[in-house]
Amino acid sequence: MPEGKRENWRWEESRWENPDIDWKKGKAITVGIDVGSVSSQAVILVDGELFAYSSMRTGSDSPNSALNAVNWAMEGTGMTLDDIQYTVGTGYGRVNVPFADRAITEISCHARGGIYMYGPTVRTILDMGGQDCKVIHCDEKGKVVSFLMNDKCAAGTGRGMEVFADLLGVPIGEVGQQSLDVDVEPEPVSSTCVVFAKSEATGLLRSGWSKEKVLAAYCSAMAIRVKSLLDRAGMEEDFAITGGIAKNLGVVTRLEKQLGVKAFKPKYDTQIAGALGAALFAQALLAKEEKEEITIATDCP
Amino acid sequence: MITAGLDVGNKFVKVVILKDGEVAARGHSYSGFDQKKAAEDALSQALIIAGLIREDISYISATGAGKAEVTFANGTVTEVGAAARGVIRIFPEVRIVVDVGAEESRVLKIDEKGKVIDFAISDKCAAGTGSFLEAMSRTLEIPLEEMGPLSLEAAKSLPMNAQCAVFAESEVISLIHMNTSKPEIARSIHDAMASRISSMVRRVGLQKEMGMIGGVAKNPGFVRALERDLEVTILLPESHPDFVSALGAAIAAAEKIS
Amino acid sequence: MLANYGYNDGSGDFFITIDTDKCMECEDKPCVAACPVEILESFTDDYDDHVVGVVEKHRNKIRYSCAPCKHASEERNIACQKACPFEAIKHSW
Repeated sequence: MPEGKRENWRWEESRWENPDIDWKKGKAITVGIDVGSVSSQAVILVDGELFAYSSMRTGSDSPNSALNAVNWAMEGTGMTLDDIQYTVGTGYGRVNVPFADRAITEISCHARGGIYMYGPTVRTILDMGGQDCKVIHCDEKGKVVSFLMNDKCAAGTGRGMEVFADLLGVPIGEVGQQSLDVDVEPEPVSSTCVVFAKSEATGLLRSGWSKEKVLAAYCSAMAIRVKSLLDRAGMEEDFAITGGIAKNLGVVTRLEKQLGVKAFKPKYDTQIAGALGAALFAQALLAKEEKEEITIATDCP
Repeated sequence: MITAGLDVGNKFVKVVILKDGEVAARGHSYSGFDQKKAAEDALSQALIIAGLIREDISYISATGAGKAEVTFANGTVTEVGAAARGVIRIFPEVRIVVDVGAEESRVLKIDEKGKVIDFAISDKCAAGTGSFLEAMSRTLEIPLEEMGPLSLEAAKSLPMNAQCAVFAESEVISLIHMNTSKPEIARSIHDAMASRISSMVRRVGLQKEMGMIGGVAKNPGFVRALERDLEVTILLPESHPDFVSALGAAIAAAEKIS
Repeated sequence: MLANYGYNDGSGDFFITIDTDKCMECEDKPCVAACPVEILESFTDDYDDHVVGVVEKHRNKIRYSCAPCKHASEERNIACQKACPFEAIKHSW
C-alpha cells in the first residue's frame, strides 16, 4: 500500500485448522457463524471438537460475509457446504446468514463459546467487540445467568479504539503495546464520549504529549469505562475477556489492575467466542433433532 | 457605563461590549488550546470596533465552558444565567430557551423576569450537540454551513438507528453506498439530532413561546427539524444567535456595578 | 436470567433489568400492555422460555422512550413496574 494510504484501523484476519482431526471420519459437522458489524467469524466443529475457524472483516452485505467466512474456514480441507449438517447464525447480522438452520442471540452464544474456550470455572465473560461491549454471567454449562450489553455508545468498543488509532497514525494491533511504553502513567482522558475524547487528545498532542502518552491516557479511560459496566453487572471470578479488544494489552492490563483480578489467558483467537458458541448450539440442536427423528422412527408402526 | 461579556466556548470565544445598555461592539476568535489568549484577542477586536480602550470597561464578566481560564475577568456568571439574561433582553416573551453549542446543549425554562425555573443540559455525549453535525458534515464531505440549507431540499427523512456520532458515521457511509441523495441524508441527520433536543425540551416542559440561541441556531435545517418535531414556531434572534450568552454576561456585568 | 436492556454513555446508566426467571412464570405478561409507549414485548428466548424483553429499536434510547413515565417534576409512576405481579422489572435511573 502506498505511503500515507495505510489504514491504521485494519486488524489482522486469521484462520486456523486442527491438524489432528480428519473431518471425513466425523459423524456430526456443525458450523457457527457470527456476523458482527466489524468482523465475521466461522467455526466448524467435528463431533463437538474444534476443527477450523476463520475471522475476517465484515463486508457491506451480510450474506456474503457469512459465506466468505465459512468458505475461508473450509479452504483446503475438501469440505463443502453440503457436508455441513447444522448451522447456527449469531451476531448483529445473524438474520442475514441465509443458509443457517437457526439464529441465536450473541449473548447466549458468547456464554457458551466462552465456557468452551476458558473452561467451566469462568463465571464472568467480558466481550469487547467492534461496536459493543457485553458483560455476561454464566453457569458451568454456559447458560446465561445475567447479562448487560452496551451498543449505544462507541466508548469502550473497538470502533472507539479505531478512531484513536487513526488519529495517532498507529496500527490498531500496536496500540496496546505502545500505550505501555510510558515511564509514568498519565491521567486518563476525561471525556467518555469518543468525539470529545478525540478533541481532548488533539489538545494533548499540541501541548506536547507523545503518542504513547496519549494512547496510555485513552487505554486507561477505556479500562475505567469497561470497569463501570462490570461493576453494574457484578463481577464474579473466574473472569475472561473475549472480542477484539481482548488482544489489546494496554486496555487488558489496566483493567486487570483496576479490578485486582487477572483475566484468563486465551488459547484461541478471542474473536471466535460467539461463532464457537453458535457452533456448539448447532451441535446440540443437531443431536436433539436426530434423537427426535429416532423417536419418531421407532414410534412408526 | 461600559461592560463586557465573554462567552468562552469550546470552539469560539464571543465578546459583547455593552455601552449604556446598548451593544457597542462584538468580537470573536477561535478558542484553540489557549482560551485565555483567545479571550484577550476577541476582546481587543471588540475594543477596536467600539473605539474604546481596556480601561474604559468598568466590569468584565466571563461565562462558558472555559470561563475559569479568563483570569483577567472581574467575575463569572453561569452559562444558564448568561443565556437567560441575554434571551429575555431580546425576546421578553420567550419561556423556553434552546441553546445548542459545539459541545454543549441546554434547554432552559425561564419566567418573565428571566429567572431560570428549570433546565436540562447535555454535555457528555456528542450526539446532542453541534459536534454531531460537524462530524456528519465531514463524513458527507459537505461544509458545515451548507448542511442545513441542503437538508431543506429533501422531501423525506430516513430513520437513523445509530445514537452515537461515531456509529452514525458508518450509518451515513452505508446510506451513501445505497445511493441515498445527500439532501435526504442531511435531513435524516438533522431530524435525528433534533429528536434528542426535543426530548430535552419535553423533559423541561414544552411551551409555545420558544426561542433558540447558540451557534447551531444559525443552521436553518436544524431549526426547521426541531420545529417539525415539536410542532411549534421557534423565535430566532435577528442576527448573531451565537452572541446571546456573551450579551447576557455583559448584562450580568452591568448588574454588578449598578 | 437477569436481562439488562439499555445503555451507558457519558451521561449515565440507563438500564431496565428484567428477571426472566420470575417473568417466565407469568401467564399474561401484563407489563407489555401497560407500557404507554410499547417498549416491551414477549418472546421465546434461546432457552425456549417465554419471557419479556425490551423491543430492539428502543434499547438505545430508553432514556427518551421512558420519559412519559419519568417526568422531571412529577411523581414517578412507572407503568411496567406497577403492572408486574412478580416485581421482576427494575429501572436503573
